[in-house]
Amino acid sequence: MEIFGVSLPGLLSQLLLGLVNGSFYAILSLGLAVIFGLLNVINFAHGALFMTGALLTWMAMNYFGINYWLMLVLAPLVVGLFGVLIERLLLRWIYKLDHLYGLLLTLGLTLLIEGVFRSIYGVSGLGYDTPELLEGATNLGFMIMPNYRAWVVVASVVVCIGTWYVIEKTKLGAYLRAGTENPRLVEAFGINVPVMVTLTYAFGAALAAFAGVLAAPVYQVTPLMGQNLIIVVFAVVVIGGMGSIMGSILTGLGLGVIEGFTKVFYPEASSTVVFVIMVIVLLIRPAGLFGKEK
Amino acid sequence: MNSKNTATIGYGLLLLALIAAPFLGAYPVFVMKLMCFALFASAFNLLLGYTGLLSFGHAAFLGGAAYVAGHAIKVWGLTPEVGLLLGTAGGALLGLLFGWLAIRRQGIYFSMITLALAQMLFFACLQAPFTGGEDGLQGVPRGKLFGVVDLKSDLVMYYVALVIVVAAFLLIVRTIHSPFGQVLKGIKENEPRAISLGYDTHRFKLLAFVLSAAIAGLAGALKTLVLGFATLSDVHWTASGQVILMTLVGGLGTLSGPLIGSAVVVLLENKIGEFGNLLAALTSVEWFKTLGESVTMVTGLIFVICVLAFRRGIMGEIIAWLAQRRAGNSAKH
Repeated sequence: MEIFGVSLPGLLSQLLLGLVNGSFYAILSLGLAVIFGLLNVINFAHGALFMTGALLTWMAMNYFGINYWLMLVLAPLVVGLFGVLIERLLLRWIYKLDHLYGLLLTLGLTLLIEGVFRSIYGVSGLGYDTPELLEGATNLGFMIMPNYRAWVVVASVVVCIGTWYVIEKTKLGAYLRAGTENPRLVEAFGINVPVMVTLTYAFGAALAAFAGVLAAPVYQVTPLMGQNLIIVVFAVVVIGGMGSIMGSILTGLGLGVIEGFTKVFYPEASSTVVFVIMVIVLLIRPAGLFGKEK
Repeated sequence: MNSKNTATIGYGLLLLALIAAPFLGAYPVFVMKLMCFALFASAFNLLLGYTGLLSFGHAAFLGGAAYVAGHAIKVWGLTPEVGLLLGTAGGALLGLLFGWLAIRRQGIYFSMITLALAQMLFFACLQAPFTGGEDGLQGVPRGKLFGVVDLKSDLVMYYVALVIVVAAFLLIVRTIHSPFGQVLKGIKENEPRAISLGYDTHRFKLLAFVLSAAIAGLAGALKTLVLGFATLSDVHWTASGQVILMTLVGGLGTLSGPLIGSAVVVLLENKIGEFGNLLAALTSVEWFKTLGESVTMVTGLIFVICVLAFRRGIMGEIIAWLAQRRAGNSAKH
């Protein structure tokens, strides 16, 4: 069976690959939105934290023989702790300043982190094997589905939905949302807002690292793997707007799929399609698909 | 001595030093590269320091104009002045497009949009046939200015570049001190108030953006003419980050800041390897020898330090120090 001259299995496998990319967009833009909501900082270092998660996974396997599944928990923990340090030691000093200093500080942090890893590992890709359990592919009849890719999509969606649930439906989430609206009032109710801010940043960092672990077997692990990704995620955030958690998730996945289709039908545009969509959205709905202009 | 005199003397000395530089043993091509970056940073500062807009996509104007000028001179065989003009026009046109799109959103979104648009241009340049992809556009001849003055000699090229850069810098100074520049400052300080006074702030911001992009374009075109090539690294987002750093190190919203800041950053990137070797020799820590390859690490560190502790930048601190001293002196009398 063919659609516009492309075989259906080929199309579906590109679609799956698009969903994989979309999962990373979703997790990262979700983290950016949560951090921005409470800290008013656009975390440029998100890409570097993603890369750190992937590289830690590679290092753990090669130096200590720690397997993938353990790193799926350990890497977010380690990077989360690193996030605590970043927030406590650096970001804390600039909340009262203009937004742009947050972007500049995290940009500097990105260059610093990437520079350190680059001086050790260079820029060539490091391979990471797919965990044994998820090797191979399943024949679904209409397509051959690589197990690992399916796992990435499922795991990401579960984590995203879980985050959405915690923020929108639980008491903890209610504090968080209230803190986004009016931190001083929340503090007056006896909630320790500075700790909440620290934990929020750590959580966002841990999410990025989780995506990094998922990405290690899919992409080549390099110190620069987060750079281009973070810029695309910025475009995703502009398209979706940072007002809604579900909006971030859907926009991320949707754009991944569109990118996947573009790879099939017009490969030359696959690296720019997200930016083109951003331009179109800016023309039609400047506040973003799910955004509210303040 | 009042502050205006101090500044005039400072600029006079700088100009004299630049005129004399080739005879004092400075390598003209390197100084020209420095001047191009100084102009680029000054154009950027017009936007960030005086209008309050953080463009994270200024590499697009530098690199885009570099390609336009290179293509015009090399492939179409046009004279250098036409190439420079076309490059500047290319920068302005890109600026108009980027600005028109990005000004729809405020604050941090503005920065993200300009970054994304510049990345789009980067990918376009990577794939477009006329940019030479990864290799870049090589072997752009300098040609003859107005068909008369041969620019092949570095010394002739140097003084032509100096005149162009000084003229463009004066244009920036004039803009900042004009009524238009005052409105920009007003928008930076308090945009709602500027709107309530009847100013169409969107139009002012867009105009400032286009002007900044055009001058950045001129810097890029001049760089191509001087060095004879245009490469992808000029359109890469790291170049946008670099110009932010130059402005921040030198001093946001000061006229002289970007000049000093660009010199500091360019010198640092060129000399850090030697500095690392020196440190390695002094401390016998071998790792310092790798410092030359990890420029990004050092730039990142400077970024962090500047944002946390040194937000006024070099010239900002000096100006504040002078002002304080003057205030102290007048209090004594």
